[in-house]
Amino acid sequence: MNLSKTLLYIYDKSRQSATDLLPIILVITFFQLVIIRQPLPQLGTIFIGTIMVIMGLSMFIQGLEMALFPLGENMAQALTRKGNLFWLLLFAFTLGFSTTIAEPALIAIAGKAAEIAADAGLIDSDTSRVSSYALGLRLTVAGSVGCAIVLGVLRILLNWPIHFLIIGGYIMVMVITTIAPPEIIGIAYDAGGVTTSTITVPLVTALGVGLATIIRGRNPLLDGFGLIAFASLLPMIFVLLYGIAVFGMR
Amino acid sequence: MEIIGDLLKTLLLTAGDLLPIILLFGFFQIFVLKQAIDNPRKIFVGCLYVFIGLTLFLAGLDKALFPIGEIMASQLTDPAFLGLENNPDLSVDWKSYGWVYLFAAAIGFSTTIAEPSLIAVAFKASEVSGGAISQRGLRMTVAIGVSFGICLGSFRIITGTPLYLYILAGYCIVIFQTFFAPRSIIPLAYDSGGVTTSTVTVPVVAALGLGLSSSVPGRNPAIDGFGLIAFASLFPIIAVLGYGQFSQWQSSRSKQPKKERKDEI
Repeated sequence: MNLSKTLLYIYDKSRQSATDLLPIILVITFFQLVIIRQPLPQLGTIFIGTIMVIMGLSMFIQGLEMALFPLGENMAQALTRKGNLFWLLLFAFTLGFSTTIAEPALIAIAGKAAEIAADAGLIDSDTSRVSSYALGLRLTVAGSVGCAIVLGVLRILLNWPIHFLIIGGYIMVMVITTIAPPEIIGIAYDAGGVTTSTITVPLVTALGVGLATIIRGRNPLLDGFGLIAFASLLPMIFVLLYGIAVFGMR
Repeated sequence: MEIIGDLLKTLLLTAGDLLPIILLFGFFQIFVLKQAIDNPRKIFVGCLYVFIGLTLFLAGLDKALFPIGEIMASQLTDPAFLGLENNPDLSVDWKSYGWVYLFAAAIGFSTTIAEPSLIAVAFKASEVSGGAISQRGLRMTVAIGVSFGICLGSFRIITGTPLYLYILAGYCIVIFQTFFAPRSIIPLAYDSGGVTTSTVTVPVVAALGLGLSSSVPGRNPAIDGFGLIAFASLFPIIAVLGYGQFSQWQSSRSKQPKKERKDEI
């Protein structure tokens, strides 16, 4: 792979990321110019930041496609063919855990949540306490995604019906909400949507579809899906429990 | 100079974030699969891109997407902008925040309609259903679902009503729909909830919520600030299940008249 070709790739990806961002930029520009009609403070910094976001996201996705996706897909296929349940489940857990720890949206939200909690006086506002709260939040979510992927793999292997598991999960979320402290509820519910974006979705889907393809009597289109659903449900339960552990019961 | 300092700090933190994935793949490749990696140079360059890209993204997020969401929220709720500066008691009337709802809905709709993972899900959905679910129809439905969700979420922050009541009601609708929706759409619908909130949308939407809750009088960011993303992931599930039900109903209705005619003959 020579340099100019790579740069061309990055340019192409940048254009894609820019297209993703364009609707947001249009809406914000419209509101600033037509409705609010006030100057945007720190316009220069925001501009530089936007360029960094576009460049960063493009390089990140390009790197994922070059390195992590092929590796992950190969590994998922090799492990399912090997047929060793222990290694498969261990791989499922660590895959969920490690991809979630590196998930950009989660890093951003956990940092914000810790900042807000410190501002509100819920936790001490010294730097080490704030960053350990954010890290605790991320470890909790990552652990829950790991468990979710294990559960999803077991579901595909044992052919459990998905909707009973999901409905059972919803009922658990609601029951735990009644005893959880109010400060954690919002962030816990948000955690479900945050976990499943750039890295986790493609790798986890590769695992699910690979499994459903290899096991006889499973439909990859039906059984391959549903892993993501667990990965958005379990974080809510785990983060609610984390809130109870940190702030105490309501 | 300050940007470079921040960047170096983010670079170090990012290295720690990516370490688990590298350890995982290394461990499984060497000890369990016992295979050599194909094309190690390409893998190495790819990992480097992931590392630099993530660093730039996270640093840019703090400079651009977070501030912009918060600035917009505070400008849109500014008493002078709302024409409430003569209202000294600052009592909150949810009807005065019309532009906020419009902004929330516009952000929700515009980010979802362009979302690449939604396009992929819509493609698969039309495949699973044998064309009964059209790609464009599904994407429109989900985008309307998200924009309605974020709009309702802002209404919740402004009125300060408890989040779990809305989510509880949403779950009840999802459970109810699950019993009537076509079987094949269910896993896809559940997945689509997580898919709609992308890496770019999450920070903007979260900042909007935090900005709203800190500038609307009487709201506390620690309690009211989060929850918008939850709305944005719940409503697509309802929308996709509803769309599945609708297309089933439509196709059964178009089949029925033919049957009746046959009976007549």
